[in-house]
Amino acid sequence: MKQNQNRSLSPVGRFRSSFLIMTMSMFIFSIANADEVENKTNVVHETVLENGMKVLVKQDKRAPVAVIQVWYKIGTSYEHEGITGLSHALEHMMFKGTKKHKSGEFEKMVSAIGARNNAFTSQDYTAYYEVLAADKLEAAMEIEADRMRNLVFDPEEFKKEIEVVKEERRWRTDDKPSSLLREQFNAVAFLNSPYRAPVIGWMVDLEGMKLKDAIDWYKKWYTPNNATLVVVGDVDPEKVITMAKKYFNVYKSNPLPEVKLRTEVEQKGIRNIVLKLPAKLANLRMGFKTPGMISAKNGEVEKWEPYALEVLANILDGGDSARFAKNLIRGKSIAAGAGAGYYGYGRLPNMMVITGTPAKDVEMSVLKKSLLDEIEILKTELVSESELKRVKAQVIAGEVYERDSIQHMATLLGSLETVGLGHQYMDEYVPGVLAVTAQQIKDVAKKYLIEEHLTVAELIPLPLNEENDKKGAKQ
Amino acid sequence: MKNLLKIAFVTLVVVSNQFAAAAPKIEHWVTDSGLRVYYVNVPELPILDARLTFAAGSAYDGDKAGLSNMITGMFDKGAAGLNADQIAEAFESVGANFSAGAARDIAWISLRTLTLEDQMTSALDIWQKVIEKPDFPDADFDRLKKQALVGMQAEKQNPSSIASKAFYKNLYGNHPYASPKNGTEKSIAALTTKDLKAFFKQYYVNKNGQLALVGAIDKQQAMVIANKISKALLSSVGGEERGEGGKAVAIPVVKPLTEAKTIRIPFPSTQAHVMIGQTGNKRGDKDYFSLYLGNHGLGGSGFTSRLMKEVRVKRGLSYSVYSYFIPMQENGPFMLGLQTKLSQTDEAIKVAREVLEKFQKEGPSEEDLKASKLNIVGGFPLRTASNDDIIGYIAMIGFYGLPLDYLNTFTDTVEGISRDQVVDAFKRRVHLDKMLTVIVGGKAVNEEKATEK
Repeated sequence: MKQNQNRSLSPVGRFRSSFLIMTMSMFIFSIANADEVENKTNVVHETVLENGMKVLVKQDKRAPVAVIQVWYKIGTSYEHEGITGLSHALEHMMFKGTKKHKSGEFEKMVSAIGARNNAFTSQDYTAYYEVLAADKLEAAMEIEADRMRNLVFDPEEFKKEIEVVKEERRWRTDDKPSSLLREQFNAVAFLNSPYRAPVIGWMVDLEGMKLKDAIDWYKKWYTPNNATLVVVGDVDPEKVITMAKKYFNVYKSNPLPEVKLRTEVEQKGIRNIVLKLPAKLANLRMGFKTPGMISAKNGEVEKWEPYALEVLANILDGGDSARFAKNLIRGKSIAAGAGAGYYGYGRLPNMMVITGTPAKDVEMSVLKKSLLDEIEILKTELVSESELKRVKAQVIAGEVYERDSIQHMATLLGSLETVGLGHQYMDEYVPGVLAVTAQQIKDVAKKYLIEEHLTVAELIPLPLNEENDKKGAKQ
Repeated sequence: MKNLLKIAFVTLVVVSNQFAAAAPKIEHWVTDSGLRVYYVNVPELPILDARLTFAAGSAYDGDKAGLSNMITGMFDKGAAGLNADQIAEAFESVGANFSAGAARDIAWISLRTLTLEDQMTSALDIWQKVIEKPDFPDADFDRLKKQALVGMQAEKQNPSSIASKAFYKNLYGNHPYASPKNGTEKSIAALTTKDLKAFFKQYYVNKNGQLALVGAIDKQQAMVIANKISKALLSSVGGEERGEGGKAVAIPVVKPLTEAKTIRIPFPSTQAHVMIGQTGNKRGDKDYFSLYLGNHGLGGSGFTSRLMKEVRVKRGLSYSVYSYFIPMQENGPFMLGLQTKLSQTDEAIKVAREVLEKFQKEGPSEEDLKASKLNIVGGFPLRTASNDDIIGYIAMIGFYGLPLDYLNTFTDTVEGISRDQVVDAFKRRVHLDKMLTVIVGGKAVNEEKATEK
């Protein structure tokens, strides 16, 4: 489904089967029946412990299960050059034992309570979770509280784990042409914003990473006043809060390092890059710098602008009836795939990203022109009422569908809170989208989707066999 | 991404469970025309999930590889005179999600909609149309064929896809499971809309189908929907009567490999993708639970599994390492997989093989077995926690004809399995001397040897 595209900067997990698919258009949808489907139990209980740790609890009694997540405000966008990937590497080390539970024991404990557990790291956050039978919640909370401050760093464990991370990088990026394209695209689109670095880290930084780097990073950022606990499921909110106090309030608040602004310098003209790789398919990635929801929250742009950008992305690519599928994949039949995504839900502003793969025997230049033509049309013509209605209907339905997964709900709450939008944003989203007008879509297209703020990355395939020989020689 | 989804799907299918209290209550009946219906009422959220399944996966392609997969891409490209634009608009303007797809055994047509009256009525109406009167327009089919060829190019630049394709091909030989689900360049080029219509008429029929319904509809509504869909499946195809049809002919019994085989495929990747395996078991297999439980500790439980401990935790050789059985209509594969940088390929294979060999000979310890049972039983409620989970299970139970109390008895069955049963099942079913090994990555063998010197 188009709605399930990865709209955020890809978070990186510790284990592949739970690689997080963050959908922000998961918020897709509404209108006529918004009230009818409004869930009265959609209440989030919020508390701040004395040590500054935030606790969010949402009850969902459909099944006797719960999810517990601990979110830390730390990720690649807090790193500097030379230590990229450190937040993610530390995430791996968080499974290597504490003073109380030695390495391996932790996994056994989690397994014994029937929990599924893992963690994920993104540009703006690192989060740990257990999904489990609701009556086992306390055991998981004890574990999470323990590793917030009591991690043991064993040099031997680090030596092996950093090799695992390098294998992860090879698997996730180095051997995937489209991942390499995205990585270099971000590095060129952003000059000084920390969003230019990959979550997994550059290989040379992984090679230079030391145990001490991880220890320092842990000490600096893993503190209750930099964390949010999220629990969703068949739980009593009051009891969860009492439990949270018992396990997390034993730690005191610690001063946090200053986070520098690093606001991206204004782009003054188009940036083009070309990647030549052994591959079979050409691939195109284009991005226009845009404000994020956070920019509106901070009063830097009009409140409606990010919502208009979100709807715009869905006009282009919000399903099989959206313009890219209708006009480019079917219609002219020049794209095998085409996508548009608004990356508007981070701690910092990001981009509207357009991607495409040409149809068989179609030149990349033809596809590129058609994609950009679609953008130009948005600047000159108002989108139709029926298109707007369709996007809004999808947003309403999507909001309901999301509630089917407690993990998804918890992830939404935790990520919104952690990037600084606040979990209350969930309630603002649907009305925000419903209020968007055709004129506003035209306005944001004209204001933000301009060539001066565009970066284009193109993958040109080289034969797989020739490269084979070259690489072999290097080994 | 495709592979991630595949792994997730496999996990879902391999597991199952039961906490008498938590297992969903499945209601089952057969429509007058012979469509088997499985229904679970979940009133909490205003959502309906519907999934129509048929024994119409790639195992039924015959000499037209890719046909079953292509047909599932054509339902929403034209039906009852509506074109692809109109169909997409009809689903999406009410916020409904439509999808269709095929695996080796099964093909499905799915719908998710809100249960608000207007939305649900519109969504079900268009869903019924694509099931009843697909038009299979030539122009759309030509385009879809070209896209399929692009999809094959994508596979060719993906070492994991290359490995998986080679694995099935070499494991299954002449059996229908060997055939690539998405066909070959040659087989796709030869397909016509006439083939689609003939396949549709034969396999998309009441007696070869199951309908699963989960959500906030009552039984009366479920019966009305089931009757409509059942009637839709009686419609004529190209002027010919479809009737109630019949069950697809049985998939041939799988012959196991008779000797060990190693396939090396050169590829310009930094890692080698390794798959080791053999034919495994099937749905309803008498050894199903023993193998499932044993594999949990071998390579099915993530970080507590032996493979993960030895290959990743102790040696840092791979990010991901796993083993699993994929039970199918006939014996699906048992496979073990990992990826590692080229220079340590042999070492990683050696370690993984040693773990497998030791496990096959000795089985799990009592302690390991107990740990697996705790995890499976304790985690049971997670498996049917969402509507999406529930429809996955009941569609599987319906399709493979498993007992309706499958979920209710699952944990008791797991609890009741002894170490001896696991040891015995692995000894009988896993043949260390007849394993297939596929390695994708690195240079051709002769060059590799030259470099080593």
